[in-house]
Amino acid sequence: MSIRERLSGNEAVANAMRQINPDVMSAFPITPSTEIPFIFSSFAANGEVDTEFIPVESEHSALSAAIGAQAAGARSLTATSSCGLALMWEMLYVAASNRLPIALALVNRTLSGPININCDHSDSMGARDSGWIQIYSENNQEVYDNFVQAYRIAEHPSVRLPIMICQDGFITSAAVENIELLEDKEVKEFVGEYCPENYLLNSRQSQSIGPYAVSAYCMEAKRAQLEALKNAKQVVLEVAEEFAGISGRSYGLFEEYRLADADYAMVIIGSAAGTAKDAIDQLRADGQKVGMLKIRLFRPFPGEEIAAALKNARVIACMDRTESFNSQCGPLGAEVKNALYNAGQAPVVINYVYGLGGRDVAVENIASVYADLIGIDKTKDAGEKYRYLSLRD
Amino acid sequence: MKAFFNQRSDSVKDIIQIRWHGRGGQGAKTAALLFADVVFSTGKYVQGFPEYGPERMGAPVTAYNRISDNVIRVHSNIYEPDYVIVVDETLFDSVDVTKGLSKEGAIIVNTARDKAEIIKLLKGYEGRVYTIDARKISLESLGRYHPNTPMLAAIVKVSGVMSEETFLKEMQHSFEHKFAAKPAVIKGNMKALRLTLQEVK
Repeated sequence: MSIRERLSGNEAVANAMRQINPDVMSAFPITPSTEIPFIFSSFAANGEVDTEFIPVESEHSALSAAIGAQAAGARSLTATSSCGLALMWEMLYVAASNRLPIALALVNRTLSGPININCDHSDSMGARDSGWIQIYSENNQEVYDNFVQAYRIAEHPSVRLPIMICQDGFITSAAVENIELLEDKEVKEFVGEYCPENYLLNSRQSQSIGPYAVSAYCMEAKRAQLEALKNAKQVVLEVAEEFAGISGRSYGLFEEYRLADADYAMVIIGSAAGTAKDAIDQLRADGQKVGMLKIRLFRPFPGEEIAAALKNARVIACMDRTESFNSQCGPLGAEVKNALYNAGQAPVVINYVYGLGGRDVAVENIASVYADLIGIDKTKDAGEKYRYLSLRD
Repeated sequence: MKAFFNQRSDSVKDIIQIRWHGRGGQGAKTAALLFADVVFSTGKYVQGFPEYGPERMGAPVTAYNRISDNVIRVHSNIYEPDYVIVVDETLFDSVDVTKGLSKEGAIIVNTARDKAEIIKLLKGYEGRVYTIDARKISLESLGRYHPNTPMLAAIVKVSGVMSEETFLKEMQHSFEHKFAAKPAVIKGNMKALRLTLQEVK
């Protein structure tokens, strides 16, 4: 039985954590963090979970403590946002290369400067090559559902990698919306017990974690890590199928919205996808063949599947909520173009940067992108292929 | 850009949109979240969210609500609200509070002044105008100035999104939960809601 509720995105994730009841949570408890550790620490203090909550003095320490706990054999997690993730940077790579399936609840907010606290994806996009699985969410329901599925993906024997569940700062994290929660016992059964094969507190089997790898081994270690990350794609699908069985809600590697026959497609991540759906319905009502592909799994990047899903699109807009400072594309634009090129497809791709530092994205802004795409198709003149959306003059 | 659409689809036009204007510390954001909460209890889909600017006491703050019978997918700020609530009348000098406000909708202003005086400040807004003296009500019922409780009752009354009876019942329930340790506060808040329902004009 699902429970009809209304929660903010922060509350939704904290409740998923409560239902999972992990062994250890370490977090830096104040700004730049979010309400997630704040709410969860009250669950811990009230005895609603058995979790050892460790408030630490920095995000670097938060992830270090989670790494230590996870290596010891405890199911661990942390939560952060914005420059908090940046301060974890060094340890992100350590968690991934040691194959520790830690879960991280990320609220996507910009990195300074200029000093700004609002939503964009510069924090997690900066960490995209650290070896973590990354899953993005459109709304509070999705971030809750994704978090419930997180450990099943991360801990799978063919994966064993840390996972980052992302949602848009303030836009969903601080917004109260309707949500359907699962029963506590349903989540508990779905997630199951954590039974690591190798762990430091196992007295019968001594091991070392994080040793020095000389040049003769380092490259093989990285290659093995890549293989595990690639395996995550299949596991994400299997876990999603099982999750649909208990929740009735279906998830894939990405979501296609009115995409199959669309001439004009948008590829987008996060809360703006919901806004895009309203724009698409309005444009479809006007007879425009527009559609969208919303990224769920960004790491590993399901390039072949995305290229196949976009095969009928004549003009594509890739929407990046971060600036990569390479002067030709954002991270999503680069991935999508790479996937299309490898698949031998050559549609026109326009890469937009939008929503930086919390710049609002309204239905009309999304519609203007489709108007651009339709215009490009008519005139056969793409013009500038790397653009900023709703930039003030 | 509007002209790009020839018609609005059903998914958009059935949403009631509300914008709150207050100052940091007055509880406009809390009021928007409380409003989402109480309307949720009637079975609707709701959104309640703040727009964060510079975070400091006294700075202009905006918060929003959407209400619908269907799932709400849009995640943007609100530019064409059906209702606007002005928690602090000194904002008239710095914020264009009626911007985009529907003529078929209404504006509610927290003020002790006459409605005629307020209308003059609204740049020719043609819709309905309501006033409520939230300071008087708050001081009378709570002994302190918390304008968000009266403004919450005012938007329920003016928008008619739920019956006053259901509203009072749900709020009693919610206050009992929130102020379990302080029963006196529950009584004061309920009094503020009832007074507002009578006095909004």
